[in-house]
Amino acid sequence: MSRVLVGVKRVIDYAVKVRVKPDHSGVVTDGVKHSMNPFCEIAVEEAVKLKEKKLFKEVVAVSCGPAQATETIRTALAMGCDRGIHVEVTGKDYESLGPLQVSKIFAALAKKEEASLVILGKQAIDDDCNQTGQMTAALLDWPQGTFASEVEIEGDKVKVVREIDGGLETIKINMPAVVTADLRLNTPRYATLPNIMKAKKKKIANMKPADLGVDIVSRLEVLRVDEPPTRLAGVKVETVDDLVAKLKESGTI
Amino acid sequence: SRLLAAPRQQRHPLPKSPNDRCTLVWKAHSVFVLKESQSFAVNMFKGQINPSQVFPFPSVLNEEQTQFLQELVPPISKFFEEVNDPMKNDSLEKVEDSTMEGLKEMGAFGLQVPTDLGGVGLTNTQYARLVEIVGKHDLGVGITLGAHQSIGFKGILLFGNSAQKEKYLPKLASGETLAAFCLTEPSSGSDAASIRTTATLSPCGKHYLLNGGKIWISNGGLAEIFTVFAKMPIKDEKTGEMKDKITAFIVERSFGGVTHGPPEQKMGIKASNTAEVYFDNVPVPVENVLGEVGGGFKVAMSILNNGRFGMAAALSGTMKGVISQAVDHAANRVQFGSKIHTYGVIQEKLARMAMLQYVTESMAYMISGNMDSGSKDYHIEAAISKIFASEAAWEVADECIQVMGGMGFMKGSGVERVMRDLRIFRIFEGTNDILRLFVALNGFQDAGKHLKSLQKAMKNPLGNAGLLAGEVTKRVRRRAGLSTGLTLQGSIHPELSYSGDLAVNAIEHFGVTIENMLFKHGKNILHEQFVLKRVADSAIDLYAMIVVLSRASRSLSQGHASAQHEKILCETWCVEANDRIMKNVRDLKSNSTTQIFKNIKAISAAMVENGGTVSPHPLGF
Repeated sequence: MSRVLVGVKRVIDYAVKVRVKPDHSGVVTDGVKHSMNPFCEIAVEEAVKLKEKKLFKEVVAVSCGPAQATETIRTALAMGCDRGIHVEVTGKDYESLGPLQVSKIFAALAKKEEASLVILGKQAIDDDCNQTGQMTAALLDWPQGTFASEVEIEGDKVKVVREIDGGLETIKINMPAVVTADLRLNTPRYATLPNIMKAKKKKIANMKPADLGVDIVSRLEVLRVDEPPTRLAGVKVETVDDLVAKLKESGTI
Repeated sequence: SRLLAAPRQQRHPLPKSPNDRCTLVWKAHSVFVLKESQSFAVNMFKGQINPSQVFPFPSVLNEEQTQFLQELVPPISKFFEEVNDPMKNDSLEKVEDSTMEGLKEMGAFGLQVPTDLGGVGLTNTQYARLVEIVGKHDLGVGITLGAHQSIGFKGILLFGNSAQKEKYLPKLASGETLAAFCLTEPSSGSDAASIRTTATLSPCGKHYLLNGGKIWISNGGLAEIFTVFAKMPIKDEKTGEMKDKITAFIVERSFGGVTHGPPEQKMGIKASNTAEVYFDNVPVPVENVLGEVGGGFKVAMSILNNGRFGMAAALSGTMKGVISQAVDHAANRVQFGSKIHTYGVIQEKLARMAMLQYVTESMAYMISGNMDSGSKDYHIEAAISKIFASEAAWEVADECIQVMGGMGFMKGSGVERVMRDLRIFRIFEGTNDILRLFVALNGFQDAGKHLKSLQKAMKNPLGNAGLLAGEVTKRVRRRAGLSTGLTLQGSIHPELSYSGDLAVNAIEHFGVTIENMLFKHGKNILHEQFVLKRVADSAIDLYAMIVVLSRASRSLSQGHASAQHEKILCETWCVEANDRIMKNVRDLKSNSTTQIFKNIKAISAAMVENGGTVSPHPLGF
């Protein structure tokens, strides 16, 4: 029962300028640089740190997606995870894969792998859903500590400091539990070349959602994707009176 | 030893004066000449096309190696983007300690050391790809890493016996110990064979005593392990006389007697430590001889030759980096009502920068690909790539500053630092001037051999009728400006056939020029440096044409999205390179250039006599 499951998602790299496809069905992903979701990196780092503190025996990295998802799993292995699971989802199924289906997959795996802790990034930078962690906990009927900026294991409980609008909230939840990582939880380590070499020997198991008894049919249909409207130029005014007049003019006040 | 074995047809006596630089350059580097070479460069000097190493563009990584390399690129890039601070390193005049630690943990100090000895075990092509990242971000760090593994301990990888490898490589790979390459001395730079550091065998015969001083040693102040070159008297097997020969040694600082001077203050690569290293009766066990006793010169030249492709790879990364900055500026800066990239002057600068980068990158990966495929005679191509890359990078950085205007001159943009870092690349690891002589002389030597064997055939014309008839026809046709059936058709993509024809035409003219120079000067070609320089320039342009033809052909055949763009890069390069080659060919035939050479000699002599410029001031005082 000393196992941590970490979810890692392959997303378009944060530095890339995202472009909408000409048919407005989505964004261009072909030939575009992808990397591990930054919040997932933080999740992996936390899991590996907990293992290094000898609080857990094994860290398993999981990713759902096409063949390239194994690259992301390998990065997690290079950061210190012990083994990986690639849940293969391709083509149209992958395009419509969202938090509900992923959380079903994670719930099934958490049970199968007898994980004590599931750590996920708080959200992915491509869809910004911020739902998978919460849904996974609900499906498992496990407690959840989301937006974690600090995680401490105290016996069979987890103390989580959460970043909320009003400040910081500290909660204590029973394990098994789901935790989602926020920005200030830790600073992810760099995968070193020797660790990448060692990671080559670690195993990545391959399976399909059906093997876990999960139905990944989507209940959502994307109708259209558009770029945000171009920002209009601002107007400079000389005096406060001018400002008030302009605001009245535009109907703002 | 092969070092002093004179080439078959040119038996001339040993140079009478130690200043017979050209002879020494040629003889010393003749260690690399092989029979029946597959090298494109060697064959082009004979006016022949051997396509085996250049077409198609080499693809040497298998799936596993490609996948592994793809995993290595992001962490290294990330480290250099987020942790390494090139401006800080430059102003501190050292690599920050935390960065050094991070690089060691990263495994960056043993990239080509076999995995069973603690390294990453990369092939040359994989190494080139990573070194490209370093070059893009921080050349000072690049030299620290390169002085350590590209030359510092490369000798152990190439010539070390298993005991030496097992003893030294693990700690060098982890970065626990750093290495330095110690060849240069105050009175021996390009003339490496004239070094004066001595190694004397002790009476007990168990160790050598090393005495001497080396200057401008990268990592000299940091290294624990030194590859040192020293001379010792060796008995010549044939003549029985004692001659000074160079031997390479692995020297540990812990042997005692090794000291170093303060860090040199340099124009660029300030983060890299450069220092004098002194050896005062340093006892070096005989087991630490690297390679053969007396074979040190070959060791030195092999090490430098083996690491050369890395420079082209690093510099292609550097150029990519500054080009992005120039483009970013040109695409956003508005003057006279338009973005400046709409102006022809700026467009020409950007396009030329792109072409120079494209050629350099193509050379780097062609050569690393050839090396990985087992080629052993890449020395001319490697020298060409070093010359080209260092000069191209300098030009590209300079033009980047020009595009950026005043901003380019400011420290904050970072380009002036890159420019300062780049200056040394035309000087160290074999000055571009020496390497040009090397390229030309190597080419002449092989072409000369070919002519000699033809001369031999002439003595038995009936027995060699076929060969002679073919050679005569070839020469008659070439001198009449007709093609001799040389073609690149089948090797290059049909859309590039015009450029291919230009290349073939250039090779034919080049071959004729080489022969004419040999007929005119014979073995005195050694001393005709004005000729040698122009021959080398043409050889460089020719090889550059071929590499871009190969690369653009591959892109067209594979239907890359950028194939049409690469096609115009290739075509533009080939037209202009061909013009330059033809000009050199014409100059070498014309009498007016002979006069120019005479003028140059006279001007230079007068300047030396006058200690500077000669003409009196226009004002008379």
